[in-house]
Amino acid sequence: MTLDLPLVWAGIIATAVLLYVLLDGFDLGIGILFPFAASPAERDVMMESIAPVWDGNETWLVLGGGGLFAAFPFAYAALMPAMYLPIILMLLALILRGVAFEFRHHGRVRGKAFWTAAFAGGSVAATLAQGLVLGGFIQGVKLDGRGFAGGPFDWLTPYSLLVSVGLLAGYSLLGATWLVWRTEGDLQARARRWGWIAAAATAALLAVVSLATLFVHPRIAIRWGFDGDAFNLATLGPLLPIPLLGLVGLAVVAVGLRRAHQATSLIGAYLVFLSGYVGLAVGFFPNIVPYDLSFRQAANADNALGLMLVGVAILLPAIIGYTVWVYWLFRGKVGGDAGYH
Amino acid sequence: MDLDALILSRLQFAFTIAFHIIFPSFTIGLASYLAVLEGLWLVTKNEAFKTLYLFWVKIFAISFGMGVVSGVVLSYQLGTNWSVFSTVASPVIGPLLAFEVLAAFFLEASFLGVMLFGWKKVGPGLHFTATALVAVGTLISAFWIVSANSWMQHPTGYEVLPDGALRAVDWWRVIFSPTFPERFAHMTLAAYLTTALVVGAASAWRILKRGADEESRLGLRMAIGMFAIVAPLQLFVGDLSGKEVLHVQPAKLAAIEAFWETRTEQPFHIAAWPDRDAEGNRFEISIPKLGSLITAGSASAEVKGLKAFAPQDRPPIFIVFWAFRVMVGLGLLMIGLGAWGAWLLWRTRGPEYSRPFLWAAVAMGPAGFVAVISGWVVAEVGRQPYVIYGVLRTADAVSPVGAGQVSASLLAFMLVYAVIFTVGVLYILRLMAEGPESPPAEIDEPPGAPLAAGTRGAPR
Repeated sequence: MTLDLPLVWAGIIATAVLLYVLLDGFDLGIGILFPFAASPAERDVMMESIAPVWDGNETWLVLGGGGLFAAFPFAYAALMPAMYLPIILMLLALILRGVAFEFRHHGRVRGKAFWTAAFAGGSVAATLAQGLVLGGFIQGVKLDGRGFAGGPFDWLTPYSLLVSVGLLAGYSLLGATWLVWRTEGDLQARARRWGWIAAAATAALLAVVSLATLFVHPRIAIRWGFDGDAFNLATLGPLLPIPLLGLVGLAVVAVGLRRAHQATSLIGAYLVFLSGYVGLAVGFFPNIVPYDLSFRQAANADNALGLMLVGVAILLPAIIGYTVWVYWLFRGKVGGDAGYH
Repeated sequence: MDLDALILSRLQFAFTIAFHIIFPSFTIGLASYLAVLEGLWLVTKNEAFKTLYLFWVKIFAISFGMGVVSGVVLSYQLGTNWSVFSTVASPVIGPLLAFEVLAAFFLEASFLGVMLFGWKKVGPGLHFTATALVAVGTLISAFWIVSANSWMQHPTGYEVLPDGALRAVDWWRVIFSPTFPERFAHMTLAAYLTTALVVGAASAWRILKRGADEESRLGLRMAIGMFAIVAPLQLFVGDLSGKEVLHVQPAKLAAIEAFWETRTEQPFHIAAWPDRDAEGNRFEISIPKLGSLITAGSASAEVKGLKAFAPQDRPPIFIVFWAFRVMVGLGLLMIGLGAWGAWLLWRTRGPEYSRPFLWAAVAMGPAGFVAVISGWVVAEVGRQPYVIYGVLRTADAVSPVGAGQVSASLLAFMLVYAVIFTVGVLYILRLMAEGPESPPAEIDEPPGAPLAAGTRGAPR
């Protein structure tokens, strides 16, 4: 077979992780914005807007983890121990916010208050933990051969904390713009305000993170043509569309928020995320565990990758098909569909 | 690798997976039950089936959510705590786990949304299809995970490369390893029994407390049907699975039966106190010759004892021996409950009028969960000291992480799981005590649309 299986699989895993971020990003964003809602009824509407889809969205995270295990076992085996504590924190936080979807309804007075707090707190903690994992990943993982050889707190640096806060702003933006699309009236007006604040915070933090990333590892600086003082324009030039995409995204967010137009601001936020995602990937590719393990070195046996690709070719179109159908089924403004209450 | 991180990682995995298995073993059966209820409602137009559906779907939503979140943990824990296992096993069972995610998890998660919130948005036929697809998804999930586990119990269809890595050579024999068919059937029937016991207990409780309404009578009778048919079948399938253990994991079988000597006419120990250090049982209550008969099919068959294996190759005996007896003992009680219920159905006015039977059904409500966990303890602890039988020892499979991190995470898991388990069970029991509402409060209400109901009843 002439197919470059590890490369194809790198693309599949990268897509799964991106889809997770884009889809569960607004779910987590709803949780982050939960404390700012005006009333319990408003929180109910916020939660209701994602209740039918959050489970499917989170499944992309399982595909990210399970897929990494299956396609790049050496990356999985190096990254998970390296990020042990933030991964566990993320899992526990996702548990608390995940059960809150059901528990919050069944709780009475104190129970409901507790699970409201758990949904918000779990969403914030899961986001921060994902940011720590991302920051720890970008700054590099110490390996001995193909195994992790660093300490338990290697991931904890000012840089990873900065990324973490940046992700918090980014997910808030996704949550706010989702609400602009799916709600109306007072809640939508509030979501627009949240959107403006989150967009400003995201833009500022993305700029700071982008600059800081240039100093995190020399490989990244070289890739972007940065020699410590100035950029080499010949190297930087071809990469400029990436930050430009982010700026376009911010402009689309602004237009969408100003007019409260459908999903426009959410699409703008997606462009910002895409720009950040590709921008970071440029820095470490072709490594899958920065900066000593390439995706080829980490890949599973070819016959396993080949078998799984057959499965993906059959199942992924079906998954995308019914996921789109479910979103279409639950389209429309949540607060406006009176019969739904 | 430091021993403490190993033991802590084993404890953490045992704790998180035992917690997780509670929910799938209930929701696999409950999803099928819901599909049957909705199908019967569509065919017979008997509103009682719909009332039952709307009742059980609320409990399904809670249980399924807890299963999902505790399951996500496992897909990451293989890496955080068992990174060496991951690299060794992935070339062979990596695709099996990937197929579970692709074929089952997305299907369940997406159509669960339709099942819970789509009542008004799709027609009855499409809604039934969504319920059926969730049920199929739970079975596909069980298929792949039991397939992967069966390969770990008895690896086939692979080769060892010169550098020590494994490589699949025959995918058919990887997926359908010899013990898989029996083990998959055993797990599926266990899930169905577990669900039937819960449905039976909830129905019996309602009848005891509020009298026999139609929904509770239907629920009870359907549960009795399941006990009467599935419990004896499970004994048969379990025995097939046990016979397989004799051939492929003789050390596990010796531990299950606390056989120390290799001999013919092994006795069957009803109870025993196995002692690893003394290499014998401190006391035993036994039936002569029966051990060889039930494990190997003949009293004169020679069955290996634990002394045939080097001490470092023996699984823990006490826990395997007793977990097996708990599982089989509960299984026999389930068969008894089924026979009793069937007799009441055929020979009396009905099981609704026998208070002792109703109380017995209530008492047996949690028996399925205990039996499932015991069964998995037998399977997993009995496989020790290997994680992949004969290929990779558990001690060699652990991640390069410190004991400090693992003890912190184990404590955190225990705390969080204690909270969500207590609350989840409380909410489920509360719903069961309220029972099905007949007729449904509002026909248009989406089943289990908790948030919609929450807004209607707001403010709280």
